[in-house]
Amino acid sequence: MKNRKSKIENPQSLYTLPFERCDADAHARVGGKNASLGSMIQADAPVPPGFAVTTDAYQKMLATNGIDRQIYNLLDKLDPADVERAATASQTIRALIEQTPIPPDIEQAIRQAYANLCHQCAPIQNQESKIENRKSKIENLPVAVRSSATAEDLPGASFAGQQDTFLWVVGIDEVLRHVSKCWSSLYTARAISYRIEKGFPHEKVYMSVGVQKMVNAKSAGVMFTLNPINGDRSKVVIDASWGLGEAVVGGEVTPDNYLVDKIALEIIKRTVSPKAIEYKADPQNKRVERVEVSPDRQMAQCLTDKEILTLTKYAKIAEKHYGRPQDLEWAIDADLQPPHNIVLLQSRPETVWSGQKRKSITSGQKSAMDYIVANLMTGVRVKKKEEDK
Amino acid sequence: MPRTNLFASPFDIETPPGAEGWEKLYPYYLLYSDARRDFEDDKLWFQDAGHWPEALYPFDTIFYEFAMLCISQYNSRVFLLPLSMGIDFRVLNGYAYVSPNPVTDPEVADERAAHFRERAGYYYDNWDRLYANWQQKIEQVINETESLTFPDSLPEMVDLADVIAGKDQTVGYEIMKRYHRLIQLGLRAWQLHFEMLNLGYAAYYTFFQFCKAAFPDITEQTIARMLTGVEVALFQPDQEVKRLAHLAVALGLGNICHANMPAEEMLQAVNKHKNGWLWLEALERAKEPWFHFSTGSGLSHHDAAWIEDISVPLGFICDYAAKIQAGETIERPLAELQAESEKLVAEYEAILANDQDRHAFREQLSLARRVFPYVENHNFFIEHWHHSVFWRKMRELGQLMKTANFLTEAGDIFYMRRDEIPTALFDLMSAWAIGNQGRGDSYWPDEIAERKKIMAALKKWRPPRLLGEPPQTITDPFSIMLWGITTEQLQQLLTPWEESHNTLCGFAGSPGRVEGLARVVMSASELSIIQPDEILVCPITAPSWSPVFNKIKAVVTDVGGMMSHAAIVCREYNLPAVVGTAEATLRIKTGQYIRVDGHGGTVEILD
Repeated sequence: MKNRKSKIENPQSLYTLPFERCDADAHARVGGKNASLGSMIQADAPVPPGFAVTTDAYQKMLATNGIDRQIYNLLDKLDPADVERAATASQTIRALIEQTPIPPDIEQAIRQAYANLCHQCAPIQNQESKIENRKSKIENLPVAVRSSATAEDLPGASFAGQQDTFLWVVGIDEVLRHVSKCWSSLYTARAISYRIEKGFPHEKVYMSVGVQKMVNAKSAGVMFTLNPINGDRSKVVIDASWGLGEAVVGGEVTPDNYLVDKIALEIIKRTVSPKAIEYKADPQNKRVERVEVSPDRQMAQCLTDKEILTLTKYAKIAEKHYGRPQDLEWAIDADLQPPHNIVLLQSRPETVWSGQKRKSITSGQKSAMDYIVANLMTGVRVKKKEEDK
Repeated sequence: MPRTNLFASPFDIETPPGAEGWEKLYPYYLLYSDARRDFEDDKLWFQDAGHWPEALYPFDTIFYEFAMLCISQYNSRVFLLPLSMGIDFRVLNGYAYVSPNPVTDPEVADERAAHFRERAGYYYDNWDRLYANWQQKIEQVINETESLTFPDSLPEMVDLADVIAGKDQTVGYEIMKRYHRLIQLGLRAWQLHFEMLNLGYAAYYTFFQFCKAAFPDITEQTIARMLTGVEVALFQPDQEVKRLAHLAVALGLGNICHANMPAEEMLQAVNKHKNGWLWLEALERAKEPWFHFSTGSGLSHHDAAWIEDISVPLGFICDYAAKIQAGETIERPLAELQAESEKLVAEYEAILANDQDRHAFREQLSLARRVFPYVENHNFFIEHWHHSVFWRKMRELGQLMKTANFLTEAGDIFYMRRDEIPTALFDLMSAWAIGNQGRGDSYWPDEIAERKKIMAALKKWRPPRLLGEPPQTITDPFSIMLWGITTEQLQQLLTPWEESHNTLCGFAGSPGRVEGLARVVMSASELSIIQPDEILVCPITAPSWSPVFNKIKAVVTDVGGMMSHAAIVCREYNLPAVVGTAEATLRIKTGQYIRVDGHGGTVEILD
C-alpha cells in the first residue's frame, strides 16, 4: 500500500489532481468517474485533459465555518418518506454550500489547475494569425464540470444518475461556481433519500469534481472493437465525420467508414461518403451549431491513416482495459497537439455480439488433413446454372 | 447441340500475318487438331501468361511441357488429388494454353480422397526428412548437369590416349549421349519441382482459407506474415547483393561506381582501389550458387542469369550502396519478422471462439510453416539454378553447331525443336565421320531464317486470355491459386472494354493504396528504365526482380493469384499489388497516372 500522504506535498496536489494522476490509489479522493478517466490515461488511452477537485477539498470546505455540523443537524432524524421536508432540507443545504465562499487555499488550487489546463489547451499552431484566439482560450477554456462521488468503505454504493454535469463552463469564476454546485449536488432530495434508504451515513459519502476540457472536434465519431456486421473480433470499425460527434451519433450524416485489422494494424477498407453537415462548438453561445460542410471537404477522408491506426490502438486498449468488446465515442481535438489530440469520450460495453455465444468455425475435432481434403473437394463456380442451357 | 461458347473457339483463331506455317515449330501433340475438335472445343483454355507470357521458341516448349507433365502426374497418379486429374496443354500461334482436367464423378472423388490422405499424409508427416532428401537430389541433378560439357568444335582426330585405352565411345557418341542426358536431367528437375510443391500449396492454401473464415477480410499479407521469418533461399541472392553493398560502403568503394556505369568499367575501378581486391573476392564467393539467379522467370532461354550478366547484380549493388550512404535501412530484419510473426499468431489465436478452433488454427499453422521453406525455395533451385546451368549448356551445344556451320549464331539452336536436335547432331557427327559437308549446313540456316520471321510475327500477336467453353465449376485448386481463374476474372474478361472505362479488377495481392506514374515493362531487359517511385505494370514479375521492388511504389500484373511470385514478393516488401488484372499491360500506358488499391484489388487510370 502506498502512503497516501506522501504524495501530497502542497495544497495544489492536496485539493486538485490532474487526470493523469488519478490512479487506482487516488480512487477514494477523486471518485469513480475521475478515477476511470485516470485509469484510461494510465493505460495509454487518452481522454480530454482535465483535473479532479479532490474529496479533501470537499471535506475541508465542509469543515470550514461548521457547514458539516449544520448539514448533519438538518438531516438528523429525517424521514425519507416525508418528501416535503427532505426537499426543504435539500434546498437549505445546497444554498448553504453554494453561497459560502470556497476556502482561499482551495480556490487558489482550482485557479491554478484551471490556468494550467487553459495553457495546455491553447491552440499552438497559427500562433501569429490567431493570437487573439489563443489569448482568449488561455483565459477562457470551455470545460465540462462533473460531480464524481465516492463512498468510503461502503461496498455496493452506486450513485449513478444522481450527479450533475455542467457543459460549456467558461472562465475561472464560472468554474468555481460550478464546483460548488457539484458539491451541493450530493444533497439533492433524491440523493438524500437514497442514502437514508440504503442506510449509508451522509458523512461517509464525499464529493470530488471533475473539470474537463470541452472537445473542439475537427472530426469525431464512434467505433466498435469488433465488426458489428459479422462479430469478427479481429477488427475495429470506425465511423467518422467532420466536427463534433453529434452528426454521427444522431445519424444526420453518412459517416466515413473504416475497417481496420486491429491485430495486423492494417486499414482493410475505407468507404468515404459525402458529409454535408457538421456540428461545431460555439463557446460564446455555450452551444453547438450545425453548419454546412464546404463541397471540397464533403468527400474528403476526415481521418488520416495515422489517426485511424491510433484510434484502433486506443480501441484495443479500451477493450483490454474493460475486459470485453466496447462501443466508443472519440474525437480529434483541434486545440490539442498531436499525438494528444486524439481522445476517447465514452466507452460502453458492446451488447449485440458480446451477448451471443461465440460461433466456432470448426465442426468437430478435425485434423489439418481433414481441412486440406475439404478444400481440395471444393471448386469455384465460374458460371451460373441458367447460362448453361 | 448449339454452342454456348462465350469465348472464341481455338479453331476460330486466325494465324497472324507472316506467321503462316507456325505449326512446324512445335510437336504435333501441342497443336489443336481437327481430329479431336469436339473434345478440344468443349473445354476452357486459359493462356498461361504467368509462366510463358511470350510466344514460345521451338526449343523453349521444353519446360512448359515438362512442367505440365509433372504437375499433372503428381496430381492425377501420384497423390490422387480428389477432384483433379492433370492439366492439358497446347500451343496456339506460339502461346501456351492450359486446361485443367477435372474429376467429376463424386464416387471416384471420394476414392481418390482416401488415397490422397494416405499418400499426402505420409509426405506431411515426414516433410522435413523428405525435404532434406529433396535438396540432395536436386543438387545432384544440378551438379551432373554442370558436368555435361560440349566442345566448341570437333577434333581432327581422336586422342591417341583414347585409342590406346581402347575407348570405343568417340567424341561424337559422347556429345549425343550428353544431349540426351541433359534433357533427361531437365525432366528430372521438373519431377523434383512438383514432388512436394502441390502438397505445399495445398497446406498453405488451407491455412489461408481457415484464416479467411475465422477473421473475415484478413489480408493475405497478414496471413503470410504469420508464416514468414525463416531464411529463404529465394531471397538469398538479394541478401547477397545487400551484403556486398554494405561491404562496398565499409571498404570506401561506395562512391567510385554508379548504377549506369558499364560492368567492365565498374570492376576495373574497383580493382584499382586499394581495398578493391577484398571486395572482388567477396563477389566471387557470393556467385556460387547465388548468382545462378535468372533475370526473368528462368523458363525462357533468353532469361540471362546474374552470373552471365554481371551488370544486373552490380547495378543493384550500386543502388543499395547509394541507399546505405543516404542512411536508409535496406535489410529485411529477420529477427524482427520472427517476433512480429509470433505476436500476430498469439493475438489472432487469442480471439478465436474456443479451444477447438485454437487447436485447428495451431495445427494448420504448423503445417503451413513446415511447408513454407519448400514452397519458397524450390523456385531458386530449379527455375534459377538448374535452368541457368541448363541454358548455358544448350548455348555450348549451339556453339558447336555454329562451328559446323549448321547455325549462324549459337543462340539459333533455340529455333530448333527438342526432337530435331538429335537428328541434326546425327547429321553433324556423320559429316565429321565421313569428312564431307553435312546436309545441315545447307538446311538449317535457311530453315532458321524462315522460323525467325515466323517468330517475329507471333511475338507481335496479342493472344486472347481465354478460349473455349467455361465449365460450371473449376475444381483444380492450382488454377485458382496460381492462375487466379475465378468467376470474377472470367466475368471481367467477358465484359468488352470501353475506352471510357477506367478501372481494372484483379486480385488483392498485397494491401496498401498508392497513386503514381505507370511504367509498363514487358520483360526483364526493360527493368533498368524504371524510375524511382513509379508503379510497375507488367505481365508477371520474376523473383530476381526483387531489387527493383526497393525502387517502385506498387505492382500491377496481368496474371497471377494470391500465390503468384508478384504477390508473395510484394507482401515481403510491403508494396501494394494488384495481380491477375488480365489486361493491365494492354490498357495502361507508360506515364499514365494510376491508383492501385491493394485492398480492393482494383487499378484506376486517373488520366
